[in-house]
Amino acid sequence: MSGNKEEEDPRINGIKTKIRVVPDFPKKGIMFQDITTVLLDPKAFKDTIDLFVERYRDKNISVVAGIEARGFIFGPPIALAIGAKFVPLRKPKKLPGETIFEEYELEYGNDRLEMHIGAVEAGDRALVVDDLIATGGTLCAAINLLERVGAEVVECACVIELPELKGRQRLKGKPLCMLVEYR
Amino acid sequence: MFAVENGLQGDPRLKVISDAIRVIPHFPKTGIMFQDITTLLLDPVAFKHVIDIFVDRYKHMHISLVAGVEARGFIFGPPIALAIGAKFVPLRKPGKLPGRVISEEYELEYGSDRLEISVEAVKYDERALIIDDLVATGGTLSASINLLERAGAEVVECACVVGVPKFKEGQCKLKGKPLYVLVEPSQFDELAL
Repeated sequence: MSGNKEEEDPRINGIKTKIRVVPDFPKKGIMFQDITTVLLDPKAFKDTIDLFVERYRDKNISVVAGIEARGFIFGPPIALAIGAKFVPLRKPKKLPGETIFEEYELEYGNDRLEMHIGAVEAGDRALVVDDLIATGGTLCAAINLLERVGAEVVECACVIELPELKGRQRLKGKPLCMLVEYR
Repeated sequence: MFAVENGLQGDPRLKVISDAIRVIPHFPKTGIMFQDITTLLLDPVAFKHVIDIFVDRYKHMHISLVAGVEARGFIFGPPIALAIGAKFVPLRKPGKLPGRVISEEYELEYGSDRLEISVEAVKYDERALIIDDLVATGGTLSASINLLERAGAEVVECACVVGVPKFKEGQCKLKGKPLYVLVEPSQFDELAL
């Protein structure tokens, strides 16, 4: 299934109403999608995780990769529920062991995402998790890291999509599952 | 207090957890034997043991708020919060949280850092648990306790997967709050190379 939004599920609206939109953060013009208010509501947070777990539990996912830092909030509960390993994808110099890195573009300049060597193996079936997809640059870097070590990226999962930024088209053909759109 | 002294003596899960933690010598600098919990996260059984032990301890303590210290506290805090029906509140580096925040400074070996909490995240008198992966000096956890208390919460306990031995019986409080630790730091095994 490609680009599937769980439209029919009544839990989605409950999650959407809990997302707080903060204008002009971190800078003017940005309508920041704040998921911390979802985390303050145990039912909404649980529903978010349950929706993803229900989707992935029978897909033989062996690794959930979460993007620092908000991917660390949603990734591990999914990984635990489906029996997969959790791999943190981190900003530079945070991971203590040997790493590989992938560069990606920011509005001004570049940044890097790192992954521990040996954490993901060839043949692993991977899910990439972050709270939100905007331009798709970070998710694309995550897909590259996983593919470079021989994993198969099955899908990317985000709570929120900003469809006008067309991030979905930057996922190297990988499908995206999101719960809430913000236009 | 360490789990082994507090009802879990002989529990085989503690050894599974300890064995799953990798030691990286001289990171981030010479002399530090870094306790790498990412290898624990690669072992779903060991990771689940950690969460189960914390959930068993806290599920009847009427905790309504689990606060996790950025970033590794974000990995352990949410599964605990979800299992006990509590909210999860991230304690973050400066400038990351939108809206109204309060911040607390704490000392590093050289210089200082700050942690922030969203003021609207905490209701007055809520019972809170603070989670991080490891406690060494206690500086970050002490700052976290301050933040939660300033925001109006009652900190019930701090919990970490790994803790240095000084937090065993007799010295196991931080700012008067109990500290619960699963395992001591693992030793570096040169033969494992």
